[in-house]
Amino acid sequence: MSLSSLLAAMPGAVSQGVMWGVMVLGVYITFRVLDVADLTVDGSFSLGSCTCAALVMGGVDPVLALLIAILAGLAAGFVTGFLHTVFEIPAILAGILTQIALYSINIRIMGRANLPMLKVETVIDRVTGWIPVNKTVASLILGVLIVAAVIGILYWFFGTEIGCALRATGNNEYMVRSLGASTKFMKLLGLMVSNGLVALSGALVAQSQGYGDVNSGTGAIVIGLASIVIGEVIFGKRFSFAYKLASVVVGSVIYRIVIAFVLQAGLSTDDLKLLTALVVAVALAIPTVVKKWKMKKLVSAPAVPNGEDKQP
Amino acid sequence: MMLSIKQVYKTFNPGTVNEKKALSNLNLELEKGDFVTIIGGNGAGKSTMLNMIAGVYPIDRGSIILDGVDISRKPEHSRAWLLGRVFQDPMMGTASDMEIQENLAMAFRRGRRRGLGWGIKKDEKALYREKLRILDLGLEDRMTAKVGLLSGGQRQALTLLMATLQDPKLLLLDEHTAALDPKTAKKVLAITQEIVASKNLTAMMVTHNMKDAIAYGNRLIMMHEGRIIYDVAGEEKKNLKVADLLEKFETVSGEEFANDRMLLN
Repeated sequence: MSLSSLLAAMPGAVSQGVMWGVMVLGVYITFRVLDVADLTVDGSFSLGSCTCAALVMGGVDPVLALLIAILAGLAAGFVTGFLHTVFEIPAILAGILTQIALYSINIRIMGRANLPMLKVETVIDRVTGWIPVNKTVASLILGVLIVAAVIGILYWFFGTEIGCALRATGNNEYMVRSLGASTKFMKLLGLMVSNGLVALSGALVAQSQGYGDVNSGTGAIVIGLASIVIGEVIFGKRFSFAYKLASVVVGSVIYRIVIAFVLQAGLSTDDLKLLTALVVAVALAIPTVVKKWKMKKLVSAPAVPNGEDKQP
Repeated sequence: MMLSIKQVYKTFNPGTVNEKKALSNLNLELEKGDFVTIIGGNGAGKSTMLNMIAGVYPIDRGSIILDGVDISRKPEHSRAWLLGRVFQDPMMGTASDMEIQENLAMAFRRGRRRGLGWGIKKDEKALYREKLRILDLGLEDRMTAKVGLLSGGQRQALTLLMATLQDPKLLLLDEHTAALDPKTAKKVLAITQEIVASKNLTAMMVTHNMKDAIAYGNRLIMMHEGRIIYDVAGEEKKNLKVADLLEKFETVSGEEFANDRMLLN
């Protein structure tokens, strides 16, 4: 591995990390705030990608295409939420159903599985038109601005009355209902906002890479979880909500840097998904392993002299 | 009349081996300001009755009218504006990852439409501080602490405060001191008494402690097999002894009150 080629890969990795960071923020809402594992994500990321590519190629303004991609994501989240809250299908299954359905829908939207955005202006081109930077730096600048705006909006939203009730829903549903808020509505709303952000991320990545792809979201949920876990491990769960949101976006950037590193080290791209899954599995397993290890130590510790063991 | 329960039936798992008639022709009327204690053996329907009033499960038949509002078929969250609830499990009434003041702010909005205004406004904090000071648990100085850091007793006291922050038409207390140690239980009961009396609330308190059932409130009902089998108020209630209740239960139900928890208390 050469240091120079690794360094050359860094700007691209960082800008991809920031753009995928928008998706991570969406996953954070369901996984951490709402305490639901929403598997719609893989489908809604591709949905954002495909919707955006189809619209831009159809002559729609690239900024407007981003906004419409958000709407498409909201709709995908609504479908999952509807299946989950109205028909009481378990959240994981509801998400899988939407995800699978979206695969067909995404191909319908683009009319094919992959659609390059050739000879059209993207939001990245617009940025390079304003300031003299290359496309990678333009992606990074745009990504940082959008992430900052999204974090600001989420920080505000989760401080509102509805936002508080949504946070409480992930905490204690009994309480929320007893205080007169509908937990079904809160879950529906959370799933919608989450998938809206995921689709926005998919649309951004599509424009920065120059093509829409039905498979672009494959494994997105695991990448999202990996980014959250990395962010939390490195920055801790302290401080304010905005800090936590920023830390998972940085987690997403670190994930991309690690990926760039292992690719430079000679790992095949085909093995990436395995590696990502391993990272997440290990990170999620650690708390349980530590707890069991502590318990074992407690049990095997010598009895307190002259005292009854008060714990059954 | 504040509460009117008429001919309410509820059967869990009908048509299966686990079929359980939880409520069977339940009738009850409460006047405004009534503080009723509810006793009965395990499975008598005490908690079920409270859960039916709160709308946790739908009733099979009958009607429940609270302060002139027919709530028989309303979902749980759309009748919450009328009710204050404290549960047996101290974890159930509060959100542990949220601050004490955030929990209070959500309770403050019970029965109001939630919008995009701030979840907690500046001037509310003074009100919460003052209310917390009355509890005398030192919580007024820890308003930004996460509720998960509080003890069971502190959480129950907080839940009680939350349940009565907006005066409920009916306060439902479902063995809210059962999970606490005796000293803390006593303190929470004293706070309950004070709040109910000062706001002249209508309240229902399920308890396993017969002495408490006699000592608190102005009315006592005993349940058995989903019905009310004994209903006593006023002077007659005040003069009750634990032995009277045990005897009453045995004569009415034809069974022994074989419940260690109730005898030991």
